[in-house]
Amino acid sequence: MLRKIRLTLAIFFWLLVTWLLVDFTGTAHQYLGWMAKMQFMPALLAVNVGVLLFLVVLTLLFGRIYCSVICPLGVMQDAIAWCRRKRNKYIFSLPHSKVRHGFLLATAALMLAGMGWLAGLLLPYSTYGRIVGTLVAPLYRMGNNVLASVAAHYDSYAFYEVDVWLKSVSALVVSVAVWALIAVLAWRFGRLWCNTVCPVGTLLGFLSRHAVYRPAINQRRCNSCGLCERNCKSQCINSRTHEIDLSRCVMCGNCMEACRKGALTLTSSPATSAEQPAPVPAPKAVADKPRSNAKPAKKTKAAEKEAESTSNAERGRRKPATKTAPEKAAKPTADKPAKPIAEKAARSAEVKTAGPAAEGSSQPVDVAGQEAEGEKKDRRRRSRRTAIATTAMLLTGGTLVRAQKKAEPKTTDGGFADITPKEKPSRQRPVLPPGALSARHLQAQCTACQLCITSCPNDVLRPSTSLSSLLQPEVSYERGYCRPECNRCSQVCPTGAIQPITVEQRTAVQAGRAVWVKERCLASAEGKPCGSCARHCPAGAIQLVPASDKYRRGDHGRWYDAEGHEVDGRTVPMIPVVDEEKCIGCGACENLCPVSPYSAIYVEGNDVQRDI
Amino acid sequence: MKKIDRREFLKTTGTIATTTALAGCGVNTKDAQQNLDPSGHHTGPVPTGKMTYRTNPKTGEKVSLLGYGWMRLPTKKGLNPDNPNDEVIDQEEVNRLTNAALKYGVNYFDTSPAYMRGRSEESLGIALAQSGRPRSSYYIATKLSNFSPSQWDFESGRQLFENSLKYLQTDYVDYLLLHSVGGGGLDNLRKRYLDNGLLAWLMEQRQAGRIRNLGFSFHGDVAVYDYLLEHHEEYKWDFVQIQLNYLDWHNDDRGRDAEYLFGELQKRGIPVVIMEPLLGGRLSKVPDHVVAHLKQRKPEDSVASWAFRYAGTRPEVLTVLSGMTYMEHLEDNVRTYSPLQSLDEEEMRWLDGETANLIKSYPTIQCNDCKYCMPCPYGLDIPGIFVHYNKCVNQGNLPESQQAENYQRARRAFLVGYDRSVPRLRQANHCIQCRECVPHCPQNIDIPRELARVDRFVEQLKQGTL
Repeated sequence: MLRKIRLTLAIFFWLLVTWLLVDFTGTAHQYLGWMAKMQFMPALLAVNVGVLLFLVVLTLLFGRIYCSVICPLGVMQDAIAWCRRKRNKYIFSLPHSKVRHGFLLATAALMLAGMGWLAGLLLPYSTYGRIVGTLVAPLYRMGNNVLASVAAHYDSYAFYEVDVWLKSVSALVVSVAVWALIAVLAWRFGRLWCNTVCPVGTLLGFLSRHAVYRPAINQRRCNSCGLCERNCKSQCINSRTHEIDLSRCVMCGNCMEACRKGALTLTSSPATSAEQPAPVPAPKAVADKPRSNAKPAKKTKAAEKEAESTSNAERGRRKPATKTAPEKAAKPTADKPAKPIAEKAARSAEVKTAGPAAEGSSQPVDVAGQEAEGEKKDRRRRSRRTAIATTAMLLTGGTLVRAQKKAEPKTTDGGFADITPKEKPSRQRPVLPPGALSARHLQAQCTACQLCITSCPNDVLRPSTSLSSLLQPEVSYERGYCRPECNRCSQVCPTGAIQPITVEQRTAVQAGRAVWVKERCLASAEGKPCGSCARHCPAGAIQLVPASDKYRRGDHGRWYDAEGHEVDGRTVPMIPVVDEEKCIGCGACENLCPVSPYSAIYVEGNDVQRDI
Repeated sequence: MKKIDRREFLKTTGTIATTTALAGCGVNTKDAQQNLDPSGHHTGPVPTGKMTYRTNPKTGEKVSLLGYGWMRLPTKKGLNPDNPNDEVIDQEEVNRLTNAALKYGVNYFDTSPAYMRGRSEESLGIALAQSGRPRSSYYIATKLSNFSPSQWDFESGRQLFENSLKYLQTDYVDYLLLHSVGGGGLDNLRKRYLDNGLLAWLMEQRQAGRIRNLGFSFHGDVAVYDYLLEHHEEYKWDFVQIQLNYLDWHNDDRGRDAEYLFGELQKRGIPVVIMEPLLGGRLSKVPDHVVAHLKQRKPEDSVASWAFRYAGTRPEVLTVLSGMTYMEHLEDNVRTYSPLQSLDEEEMRWLDGETANLIKSYPTIQCNDCKYCMPCPYGLDIPGIFVHYNKCVNQGNLPESQQAENYQRARRAFLVGYDRSVPRLRQANHCIQCRECVPHCPQNIDIPRELARVDRFVEQLKQGTL
């Protein structure tokens, strides 16, 4: 029953959170935004006291139900493990306490040091967000596009087409690597990641030890068949000692479902199990659990240790059992012959896990680092390309732009001119989403869950490739611009890295300033009247002024030359000028500039965003 | 003109799925419909051998009242191996249309070296050759389309004509036109045809029989029109092609005031070839209100048929050109002219008066989708933008303000439809107001101004400031 409720809730949460993470229409956020905001780490970062209190109380009452129901990464691991044909192959293992605490401390240290993205690599919600955002969201969009084309066929506007594009190679690499690692671990060891790497799991584990409602083994009923242990994906039930490591138990209820004797129940206090005439005092066992298994082994024989290490697993396992429950010792279990081999494999793998787990977590960092390095090189290469292109343009007086646009004089009708796609200019400072306050704030608060990036309706946000802010959102205007009526990223951000701002506030936040590149501009390089940037500036920060002092504006829109003769206003060459105080850095000018691949006006990011 | 919301959409797809499944089970839902007996003029088999013909007074030849314009041919993607996204003429379909047209009695085909990105003439040549009909059984009209200043010398002009013959696989042209005179005024006319001696040469070719009829098509500055007609004695125009339809019969723009243009030709007894009888579909895709207005009189006739009957009624009209992209267009027009049921005086006035005023009360952009403005050097799809805008006008998806009853639905239809019909990089916000398109527009649309208007409207919809 418990398991069924858990499963229903978990699937419900998991599907909805996943939908939230892939949705680009904004519908999901309207109704489900809270699902991201009630994730533990985001709530902690956003100092969301209500949510934190709720989660703490929940854990103190029912244990780590959070990990089984609310955490999408946890449910994903369950789903992966469920896909295995043999689902009852788990074996109790000792907690890797040092590793666990090490990861928790490391996360805390990284957060305090303002390296949110690095800490984010360990955090469950943002890890899941990255996996879904980079691997599932594109598929979701493709599916949407299929529906959109069907809808278009029937003249319905229910669905509309969206661009599907690779937003960042590094995000893809990191996501695939982390997913593969977690998938392998989940497949083989159930919740090993949650109980070894995940800092949230460790943190909640401190609380869940003292949970009011907890699963316990009724030793009167228990026949030590070990079914509960083999079904425990947290590997936290020791069926010999009848102990359950509550710091690792995620309250999935699988053990209760599996037990044929009804020996596993949800009890309301630790005292109940103590009431049973068990030879070993249960409260004590709960208190110093990590050592409870190791102790008897040490005490009984010095050779015991050796035996265990020389892979005589069966003896090592049976001995303490004999001690605790002598009356059952003689009774051979049915699956006895199968055990040594399975156990051997499990043990040897266990020894390894600490290694790979630790390595695994640093692995993506390395990959990401290499990736970022590659990107850097690429950018350097690109900026060199830009420099060459700029020089060439200077030399030819801008004919390069012209050559792209007009290959030959128009002699026939119809057809389309080719459009050169825009490329990202090299900015001194990245542009950050409005509401991010400052580069430092974003770096410290953002766990790179990609929620803002997948939900950006203007294709403006993408994961950063810079090492100091890897995978955190960054703004660029090759595919669209940060539209003045949109504040979606600030609304969806669960950690407060992008502070919630209203649409009105959004148009008052300066995320960057437009910079004009004289050499590329159609007006200055070719003397063409364009003014596209000025026409489209939502802040009214761009004006057109005469390209030289020769011209003077008179009353009623009249224009005069140096000698004071009136001239036709349309013949006066006009160039755009930017009022840096009014510019909000939205990129309308950059995106709509007719010059490609590098716009003649582009946005430089602000280190600290300010109100204008 | 279906307006479907999400629920209905799902319902429809569901129904379709069920229907398909049922059909698979052997239930034929079509039977009931097939047993209906069609009674209207515009249903039933397409008549053959009943086409109305007009006589060319000079040659005595019988020209079908319906002429086939070779400017709006069906295209298809994926035919060009180098660029699969390239829209290339679907020659197979073109051949099918040609054979059908010939069968129904259409014998006048009008093309130009500029149409369809310069591939129209070649396509017509192939289509007529494959029909297997004798050369004398149909008439080919083409034009001397030297629009670009780079083509204004005599040799380029001559070459254009020689190329036309080559592409059309013939050694004479039945009707040759100076193409779209009037654009750029008298000055352009002189540079294109007079000063370089091209017109004189064309008259020699007429003498030699390589051109059987010489005429011109007109758009734009009426001074050019008057000049050419004043010199009729000298040039002896065998025909003139003008834009005539019930919307342009009375038009403030003298270059498009068909009453004046037609009257001048009538006075001189020059046969008239009519272009844009349907304004590129603008007189068939009309707002609901106008559909009701027309259908009330003849519920079974198509909206387009009114425009064709209007264009064909005057006896001085030699032929009415229509760029028929689809078989349905062709068949509908053939029905209208097989034979023509002339309009009476009252009907004519009802169309060019009341009906025209009704249509003009809508904020439609006067674009006929002729693509003369294309390609835009900055990559815009100008006619695509205007066609979408007009479509929204006609479907009532152009909300006046946020208070409008259907605002949300109309807004979505406009914006989603906009992205569907025009790729984002080719939309109105990319216009830089360079005005290179302006002289090319035969309808004298101030294209950059209209693009800016559409862009402003889109921004208002997006920002919610309408």
